[in-house]
Amino acid sequence: MMKKLKITLIMLLLVALLLAACGGKEAEVVEVVEEAEPFRVAVVMPSAITDLAFSQSMYDALVAIQEERGADNFEIVYSEGMFVVDDAAAAIRDYASQGFNLVIAHGSQYGSSLQEIAPDFLETSFAWGTTVDTFGMPNVFAYEAKSEEGGYVNGVMAAMLSDSGVLGVVGPIETGDAKLYVDGFAVGAAAANTDVQVNTNWIGSFSDVALASEAAQTHIGAGADVLTGTAQMVVGAIGVAEENSALWFGTQSSQTSLAPSIVVANQVYHWEVVLKQMIELIEGGTYGGQYYEITLVNGGLEIEFNADYALPDDVKAAAEAAIDGIVDGSITVFP
Amino acid sequence: MIEQLFTKAVLVGILSSGIRLATPYLYASIGETFSQRSGVLNLGVEGQMLLGAFAAFYVAFSTGNLWLGMLAAIITGLLMGLAMAFVSINLQAVQGISGIGFYLFGLGMSDLLFQKLLGTVETVSGFRPVYIPWLSDIPIIGEIFFNQNILVYGAYFLVFAAWFVLNKTTLGLKIKAVGESPQAADSLGVSVRKVRYFAVGLGGIMSGIAGASLSIALLNVFQQNMTSGLGFIAIALVYFGGWRPFAVMGGALLFSMVNSLQLWVQVLNIPIPSNFAVMMPYVLTIFALIFSVQRVRPPSALSKPFERGH
Repeated sequence: MMKKLKITLIMLLLVALLLAACGGKEAEVVEVVEEAEPFRVAVVMPSAITDLAFSQSMYDALVAIQEERGADNFEIVYSEGMFVVDDAAAAIRDYASQGFNLVIAHGSQYGSSLQEIAPDFLETSFAWGTTVDTFGMPNVFAYEAKSEEGGYVNGVMAAMLSDSGVLGVVGPIETGDAKLYVDGFAVGAAAANTDVQVNTNWIGSFSDVALASEAAQTHIGAGADVLTGTAQMVVGAIGVAEENSALWFGTQSSQTSLAPSIVVANQVYHWEVVLKQMIELIEGGTYGGQYYEITLVNGGLEIEFNADYALPDDVKAAAEAAIDGIVDGSITVFP
Repeated sequence: MIEQLFTKAVLVGILSSGIRLATPYLYASIGETFSQRSGVLNLGVEGQMLLGAFAAFYVAFSTGNLWLGMLAAIITGLLMGLAMAFVSINLQAVQGISGIGFYLFGLGMSDLLFQKLLGTVETVSGFRPVYIPWLSDIPIIGEIFFNQNILVYGAYFLVFAAWFVLNKTTLGLKIKAVGESPQAADSLGVSVRKVRYFAVGLGGIMSGIAGASLSIALLNVFQQNMTSGLGFIAIALVYFGGWRPFAVMGGALLFSMVNSLQLWVQVLNIPIPSNFAVMMPYVLTIFALIFSVQRVRPPSALSKPFERGH
């Protein structure tokens, strides 16, 4: 009985302390606004900041901005591995209530949570992607990658490099930038060689490395000698490609380090291009309502060639012609 | 379209891929069979697998020795298993809850270690397919069954071994007795605690090896949450197989074969939407579960802590 009483007392004390601490914080925020305080960004991501794919692309972008502005003027806080949407929603709300200037929900699966949370924090700016939908809210930015552009360029190269005429694609779930990339890849491949066959596999998961690996194995079995894929589970597929001496095209982040001998090129995302524009608006007092995309034109998308892979000159020239065509508008990936 | 499925190359592809995919399920679910047969429901399999996968990968990556990696996975799995045993046997915790606690611990810990010790996705040169003289040369059969790595063979051997231990040895009898009627076993001088510790520890070792089979044999990478729910499916397969090793293997093979079938269905451009294709193994498993589970009774003392005189 005494023990229970003690625990209850301790709990009460803790709650009281917590309330006191929260109260104190609110007062502080009001004061600090007048000083030149750092710009504070919090980001919630579905996988690790080192996933060589989607989450890493965002983390690297924030670090790039931080290097430009200085660590004292730009604070980054992140929650990674938030594949459980409920946990992510709690983190988003938590960051918003801590007074961050910009809270990024990096994953289209977080949309409905954000739609509920954003109206409660009108002084906080939110960004989410990949999507075009700001929910018409004044404090929500949306961002999208026109990943079909790099998909197209990769597809052109893949079709030219394939001896068997069969290309294999390992996709996660048929949505967002993954779908855009895969569709763009097929269009690019067909543009370079109408006879080439593109086989696509959606494995229904962003994290199932084992199934991604078997999907790649299936493509090899079906005769593919060039593979590509998108999202963080493709690390399993790259290993299979390497074992079978098939070529690989990456997207989202550079995947060259995983298999330097077979990665031909990667479409790398540079979110900093659009993040900078958002930050500028936020500093000017506009908290949202805009939609951004990274493209080959604005430099948000970049085709990074693997220097260690001996790419034939005609293939490289075709890739560069495709990039130029997309940039000057003479090529539209989805007419 | 659909007739393309029945060509030799495709059938060989489906079967050999299904056999590989089933490997981690086999280790994990046979381990869980031992644990549950002794009366302990271990829901922490997924966490044990993740830590085993990381331990194997990290040791193999830093020493270059795959067998040391295996040893690391075995030790990690054993420690996790013993911890689970301590919590459920000595502390008599509610097993459904504490198992989930161990899952979350393994998930978080493997990720933390991954971030601190590796920092990024790396690769190792894992176990290679083993050529078996004569057997590997048999057309079709050789391609499907005898062109796999050592951990794949080990998983199928384990099924035989588990069946033998459970049905033909005194140890197996003790495990089953403790899971069915711990009071009776106790009154006959069998130490319920010792047997349960053994079974849950063994289950932990198997889960650790299941993780290693992914990180240093089948995939040769480690990534956070790479098991992706596989450990929970392994637990479902134990129910599916009615706590009998060969039936558990049947379930694991069914699930994996249908999964590799759906990969081929997509690659051959058979007009089934991908959303339905990826559902196939799960839907089929649920149906099979509905029809199979009613026939078999779970161990009577499953998830019930044992206390003398109660």
